[in-house]
Amino acid sequence: MAAVDNLQFEEFGDIPTSLAANPDATTISIEDPGETPKHQSGPARGSGREEDDELLGNDDSDKTELLAGQKKSSPFWTFEYYQTFFDVDTYQVFDRIKGSLLPIPGKNFVRLYIRSNPDLYGPFWICATLVFAIAISGNLSNFLIHLGEKTYHYVPEFRKVSIAATVIYAYAWLVPLALWGFLMWRNSKVMNIVSYSFLEIVCVYGYSLFIYIPTAILWIIPQKVVRWILVMIALGISGSVLAMTFWPAVREDNRRVSMATIVTIVLLHMLLSVGCLAYFFDAPEMDHLLATAAAPNQTIAAAKFS
Amino acid sequence: MAEAAESPGDRETASPRPLFAGLSDISISQDIPIEGEITIPMRSRSREFDSSTLNESVQNTIMRDLKAVGKKFMHVLYPRKSNTLLRDWDLWGPLILCVTLALMLQRGSVDGDKDGGPQFAEVFVIVWFGAVTITLNSKLLGGNISFFQSLCVLGYCILPLTVAMLICRLVLLAEPGPVNFMVRLFVVVVMFAWSIAASTAFLADSQPPNRKALAVYPVFLFYFVISWMILTFTPQ
Repeated sequence: MAAVDNLQFEEFGDIPTSLAANPDATTISIEDPGETPKHQSGPARGSGREEDDELLGNDDSDKTELLAGQKKSSPFWTFEYYQTFFDVDTYQVFDRIKGSLLPIPGKNFVRLYIRSNPDLYGPFWICATLVFAIAISGNLSNFLIHLGEKTYHYVPEFRKVSIAATVIYAYAWLVPLALWGFLMWRNSKVMNIVSYSFLEIVCVYGYSLFIYIPTAILWIIPQKVVRWILVMIALGISGSVLAMTFWPAVREDNRRVSMATIVTIVLLHMLLSVGCLAYFFDAPEMDHLLATAAAPNQTIAAAKFS
Repeated sequence: MAEAAESPGDRETASPRPLFAGLSDISISQDIPIEGEITIPMRSRSREFDSSTLNESVQNTIMRDLKAVGKKFMHVLYPRKSNTLLRDWDLWGPLILCVTLALMLQRGSVDGDKDGGPQFAEVFVIVWFGAVTITLNSKLLGGNISFFQSLCVLGYCILPLTVAMLICRLVLLAEPGPVNFMVRLFVVVVMFAWSIAASTAFLADSQPPNRKALAVYPVFLFYFVISWMILTFTPQ
């Protein structure tokens, strides 16, 4: 056979004609939904459909279709309604965290891990952990930086916990709200293939903040270079998760609008991390410079008075 | 009716006495007066019990409640798989512990704008709203523990950390330095582990098995934050 034919699905023709040609041939009429569309669209790549199959995983696409219909049937004033947002097992939460730490190009976080089961457990507790991680690490880092100084009196700085909580929870809930509103508005103008619900966007943002927990702990190291490298790494990972999630949702739109959306998402993320670093963690070198500048002044003053 | 008809029949075959021979012929009519008092002995006894707790002295009431709280303290200090904390829950113990902890943790003087340790209200809010959040989380994940039982367990398991706070206060009276800090760190870490062990001994069974870690992690975070507040306490 020619090389082109190797890529084509070998059509055996209609069943009646093949039976007429060879009456003894056994014909099986089982349709394999996973196989046939893939082969038919094999030569014609570029449609979104094969990308969807790749993202979902062919063996799970049936299960996803079946399970997608059985969600959220209770009215919103019952307790069971809110229980549907916590319908995750331990391994699912770990998988989602892993997915946010390892962004693979082409794999969409929402399609792959969330799969129309968004949970509020991850976003809420990751944000809570991040609040305390930033506040405690900031306190510890300031203590270590000012360790030798005689004029420094250690304070636990408890007020910063409330500030951290306000900032992080506002970021994790208001930015998804704004983004969801924006995407809904664009959806009314341009028909997008992919559209996310509000809870899925909250979920993505919540899990993408997980990388900042070890980053905040490592920010205790009082070296400016180390801190900025950590900022770059964390921003790279979580920014790429967000960008790869939202790129399919704005892809069909006007080029400038979609680029502006992705740039804004990444920019807000960077603003959060740099802002937290600047506010909660004192600059290491500057305080050492001040201390060494103060010491010679004191010795000069002592020499003058003696 | 069939059963009533059978039993005299059985009795007849078991012991053929003419005593019950005419039982089937009895017709309930106005000939046999059925009246009188039906008294259940149990009920009168419980009525006496109720009135006795109303009439008892205040000391008896307080001592009974204190003994219940003290018994639960013992269960927390030596955690075994028992149901006492869950069955007879009360919130007196958590209230006593929370108020003690908050009183000891609050900053001594008014600092002005200098940032310091937590205020009394901040500690109180963290403990109670933290416990409520963990309870809601455990119920939303599908646990079968009641709201107040969970609050009771979480509140009672602060006891080791309160003991740690007392020890830290005593240690802080000595000379400050790295040794001082190491002793406090060791005490707080041991008590933190004890709190986690005690609360998971009570709470872990109420969760479905594939979500245990999800329900236990917030408890870990809660006691970690309280331990951090205890460890970083500096007297003014």
